[in-house]
Amino acid sequence: MIAAFLAIVRRDLALSLGAGGGAGLGVVFFLSVVTVVPFAVGPDLVLLARIGPAILWIGALLASLIGLERLFASDAEDGSLDALTLSALPLELTAAAKGLAHWLATGLPLVLAAPVLALMLNLEPAAIGAVVLTLLVGTPAVTFLGLIGAAFAGAFRRGGLLIAVLVIPLTIPVLIFAVSATQAAVVGPVPFGTPFRVLAGLALFALVLGPVAAAAALRAARA
Amino acid sequence: MTVKALVGDNLSCRRGFNLLFEGLAVSAAGGRALVVVGPNGAGKSSLLRILAGLLAPTAGTVRLDGGGESVGEHLHYLGHEDAVKGALTVAANLAFWRTVLGGGGLEVEEALEEVGLGGLGRLRAQVLSAGQKRRLAIARLLVAKRPVWVLDEPTTALDVKAQARFAAFGRAHLAAGGLLIAATHAPLDLGETDELWLGGRP
Repeated sequence: MIAAFLAIVRRDLALSLGAGGGAGLGVVFFLSVVTVVPFAVGPDLVLLARIGPAILWIGALLASLIGLERLFASDAEDGSLDALTLSALPLELTAAAKGLAHWLATGLPLVLAAPVLALMLNLEPAAIGAVVLTLLVGTPAVTFLGLIGAAFAGAFRRGGLLIAVLVIPLTIPVLIFAVSATQAAVVGPVPFGTPFRVLAGLALFALVLGPVAAAAALRAARA
Repeated sequence: MTVKALVGDNLSCRRGFNLLFEGLAVSAAGGRALVVVGPNGAGKSSLLRILAGLLAPTAGTVRLDGGGESVGEHLHYLGHEDAVKGALTVAANLAFWRTVLGGGGLEVEEALEEVGLGGLGRLRAQVLSAGQKRRLAIARLLVAKRPVWVLDEPTTALDVKAQARFAAFGRAHLAAGGLLIAATHAPLDLGETDELWLGGRP
């Protein structure tokens, strides 16, 4: 069963990192958002430093949603999903494996790119550390909540609009606590740990809820 | 665990407003192929998806005699799509399904040789022709050993020689006590077969 889980992770990683897989798309989108904002806001370094964490998080949140609509749809179209369903691996774990591969291909690069982009927003070192840490914990939550929308888009063959409508409301708590944790690290008054622990809790919740709900959506589509 | 029979009781299927079949009894036993025939749109594919557990019947039940609760883990479903990822190599595609579906059958190289794709393992699957992709999908049946084969028009796009080779796989599977249910328009040459006729639309 572990072999099957790892095989799905490996295959999805190979597919998204390979030619035409679109793994780099998220990072490019992230880069574009963060590059454009300073031009729009103007040369106010203090303001940039203040809204920097929020901008990084908005960019990362939206970038995380890119590619989700194809996550199950491509497998549904070429018949792979039928065969995957017949594996001894429960559908929940299949969904989790696909989520993990998707995060490794699109979420992790965002976390790695964030410190570099944070320099462009005049963030101080403490804030950069906090943003990276919240992204590391928060982007898996976004991806796994996104699995729900991805499963609906795949199962019911309705495109990407569903993802934004379904997933963004669910990710609002993650966004709120991630940005407030970063702000707490820089200006206080609450310690960084307080909102960060809530964020970690939300992430754990999403890691369980996402695959279970995605599997339920895929099963519901069979009726 | 030996699977004796796949039985569907009192099956009904409604797609939209269209009642495809009602009160259908299906039974496939080991060693004897069940071939589902009927005109286009009669519900052959829907019936096979119901038997494979990929579609919920409007009414009725499907059970596996001797297979325990989970029907899915004991069967192969070969649908219209080949479940082949063009960006991966031929061998990688097959190795993936071998791991995910539980293995226990032929090795990847052996299976490719069997279906006539020997030596093509390192090519990307997107360069294969439709018939070759179909052969790769059929190789999936050989790498993971499962007692029940549910096949939806398995010989589409295959040339005459490959069809004969496929029939040989089917006969070997049946001779080993396996179950085989296929929907087809072309004769499959599987030895002794039962036929299930699904009527057309009224």
